[in-house]
Amino acid sequence: MTTYLKDIFSNTSNVSIFAMRFWKEVFKPPFEIKEFIKQCYLLGYKALPLVAITGFIMGLVLTIQSRPTMAKFGAEAWLPGMVALSMIKEVAPIITALICAGKISSGIGAELGSMKVTEQIDAMEVSAINPFKYLVVTRILATTLMIPILVVFADCIGIFGGFMGMNIHTDVTLFRYLHKILESLNFIDIIPATIKTFFFGFFIGMIGCYKGFTASNGTESVGRAANSAVVAASLAIFIIDMIAVQLTDLYANL
Amino acid sequence: MKTKESNTSYEVSPQNIINVKGLYMSFGENNEVLKGINFQVKKGENLVVLGKSGSGKSVMIKCLVGLDKADKGELYVLGKDIAKLTYEQLNSIRLRIGFLFQNAALYDSMSVRENLVFPLKRHSKNITTNEIDKAVMDTLKDVGLEEAIDKMPSELSGGMRKRVGLARTLILKPEIILYDEPTTGLDPITSKEISELILSIQKKNKTTSVIITHDLACARLTADRIIILRDGVVFMEGSYEQLEQSKDE
Repeated sequence: MTTYLKDIFSNTSNVSIFAMRFWKEVFKPPFEIKEFIKQCYLLGYKALPLVAITGFIMGLVLTIQSRPTMAKFGAEAWLPGMVALSMIKEVAPIITALICAGKISSGIGAELGSMKVTEQIDAMEVSAINPFKYLVVTRILATTLMIPILVVFADCIGIFGGFMGMNIHTDVTLFRYLHKILESLNFIDIIPATIKTFFFGFFIGMIGCYKGFTASNGTESVGRAANSAVVAASLAIFIIDMIAVQLTDLYANL
Repeated sequence: MKTKESNTSYEVSPQNIINVKGLYMSFGENNEVLKGINFQVKKGENLVVLGKSGSGKSVMIKCLVGLDKADKGELYVLGKDIAKLTYEQLNSIRLRIGFLFQNAALYDSMSVRENLVFPLKRHSKNITTNEIDKAVMDTLKDVGLEEAIDKMPSELSGGMRKRVGLARTLILKPEIILYDEPTTGLDPITSKEISELILSIQKKNKTTSVIITHDLACARLTADRIIILRDGVVFMEGSYEQLEQSKDE
């Protein structure tokens, strides 16, 4: 038990040091713009199909599952608003972030881990290239920027999925459906939900990079880095979500 | 020939390109790998370091480029004390040192051309595309691999990977090249080719080399001087012929 706690504290302090190094390096030139754009493409654009499919299914399923209950109370007309609110505030951010934790965080962990054990990171270091700046800073910035964009994309696709779900049993035009959604949405619903996705993105990138960059020698550690990156990133997402919900609640009650 | 009795007789001398005195390095509390290593390398010299696996050879050359930090000792490379340099100062020294890793450490996601262009572009301001292409082709010609320019590292054999690794090192025109077991994992014919390549590069570019190896054929071919590490210290030192004549191990 003591060893377990020691490990947790040691890991937390190491991640904090790693994050501090990120903030130190991120504002220092040279800026790796090309690598950052490449990472945005690889980490963001390439995740679009997966996020689109999941978002669409979540919107569709949420509508189909909620419709009978709403119909019982004669509140079927509120269904578009309810689906949109659920998607924007919770479902799309969490599901997208978890998918990205599985796809992106583990990918970064495995990639950097394998670079570490095959001495590619050392090779960069001896060529007087700062590997932290080139590999870590670019990836963390890319995930911090791309996850919110992916979430907004998942919101839209999910809302469209809801529209498809509505039309299985009823006949609603897209215009009317969107009108109902806009009627029930407030500014306070969108902003906190979007802000938290930047934190999701930052932690997904940082945990993947930390696990990969600190992989010890040996191929076994590559698998371990990828695996633990997913677990730690998923846990971090839930913790951030809980804090974000609490803070939003506090702000809303002011 | 010097044996371990002469181990502490060196003085740090500014005339030598590498000066190492009293280098200690340990991993954990009871695992001291280097126990006061002393050696010097003259400009243009090929120094071969022999020793059993785990004797600290690789750790020693990693200390020379600041990849590993020594616990104690003086470590002067190109006149600078490596331990006392800032990150920026260390990088300016690293630019003058080439390092060939045991498994070449090629960037897997880049082609051979990109592996060479990557460090060159970063450290050569205002270089044109034509100049880059010429430098890449010339360097690949030096290692006899012009035809592999657009291949990915996964398509290369072990010997080819080492050559590309060497080309990537040479493209920055280093004054010192550190080789970490350059012939390990290669067949005898390819090993001989790599050893001859090391020698020809040293003659052409007038570089100073430190070669870590287990391969006696490589040592015989490339060494101006050999040091043998044992029990964390320099156990023997001399030319290949002197060591061969020795009655010691």
